[in-house]
Amino acid sequence: MADLNPGDAIPALKVTPDKYLPYRYAGASGDFNPIHLDQDFAKSVGLPSNILHGLYSMGLVAKAAAVGTAAGDPRALKKLTVQFRGMGLPEQEVEVTGTVKEVDGDRVVVDLEAVQGDNRIIRNGQAELEL
Amino acid sequence: MPVKTDAVGKSWPSTTYQVGREKIREYATVLGIENPVHFDVGAAREAGFRDVVAPPMFAVVYAMPSLAPAMFDPEVGINFAKLVHGAQTFEWDEPACSGDEITTTARLISAEEKLGNGFYVFETTSVNGAGAEVVRGTWTNIVRGV
Repeated sequence: MADLNPGDAIPALKVTPDKYLPYRYAGASGDFNPIHLDQDFAKSVGLPSNILHGLYSMGLVAKAAAVGTAAGDPRALKKLTVQFRGMGLPEQEVEVTGTVKEVDGDRVVVDLEAVQGDNRIIRNGQAELEL
Repeated sequence: MPVKTDAVGKSWPSTTYQVGREKIREYATVLGIENPVHFDVGAAREAGFRDVVAPPMFAVVYAMPSLAPAMFDPEVGINFAKLVHGAQTFEWDEPACSGDEITTTARLISAEEKLGNGFYVFETTSVNGAGAEVVRGTWTNIVRGV
C-alpha cells in the first residue's frame, strides 16, 4: 500500500442508507430488534424514528478502514473498537472519516468516526490493521 | 435498583454457526462491500482463502446468537426497555470462510454502576472447527437509569 503517515486522512466513505436498509441489514445480520424496523414501536420507547443498527454503522467504519488502507483486504483488519453515541437514522447520509494515528512497519492504527450531519453516531473509533 | 454482580464470570452454553456462501454474499451486499473474495469462489481461492471469505464484521452474524441466553438471564437482570449498545470491540485472528463451523461462547466479564447507569460487559470467543480463534468480541451494554 502507498505510504501512510501519521496525520494522513484516509478516503471518506459516504453512503445514504435508504428507507428499507434496516430491513435488509436485519435479514443479513439476524438482528430484528423492532427499534430498527418499526417506527411506531421506536417512538413508543422515546426514539425519534426507527434507527440504524449500530453494528451496521460499525460495519461501514470497518469497510472504510479496510478500503482506505488495504484495498479492502479482509485479512488486514485486526482490531476495531467503537463507541455508539447519537442514533443513526435511515435516509440521511452517513460519512465515515479516518486519520492515521500510528505507523509501525506493516502495522497501522487509524482513528475513525461516523457522522450524519452534526450527529456523531460513532465516536472514538480505532482500527488496527496489518498491511 | 443496584446492578446485580452475582453473574460476573458466568458463561453460557456455546452456539455453533455454519458459515455459508450466500449469507456472506448477502451481508457484503447490504454493506456495499465490493471485493470479489466475498462473492466469488475463484477470486477467494486465488487470494489464498479456502472458500468465499466473510468480511470481518460478519462476526456479528455468527457471534451474536451466543449472547441471547446471557442477555435474558435473570441472574444478569438486564432491563431491556432501557438497554442501549454502548461500545463494541472485535479482535480478529483466523478469517471466517464458507464451510467453517464456528463455535462461540459468551461470558459476562463485568457488571457495574457508573453515574446512575448500569454497564454490562460481555466477551464472546469464537473458534473454528480446527480449534483456531476467529474473533474475540467485547460487547458493552448500557442500561440507562438503573
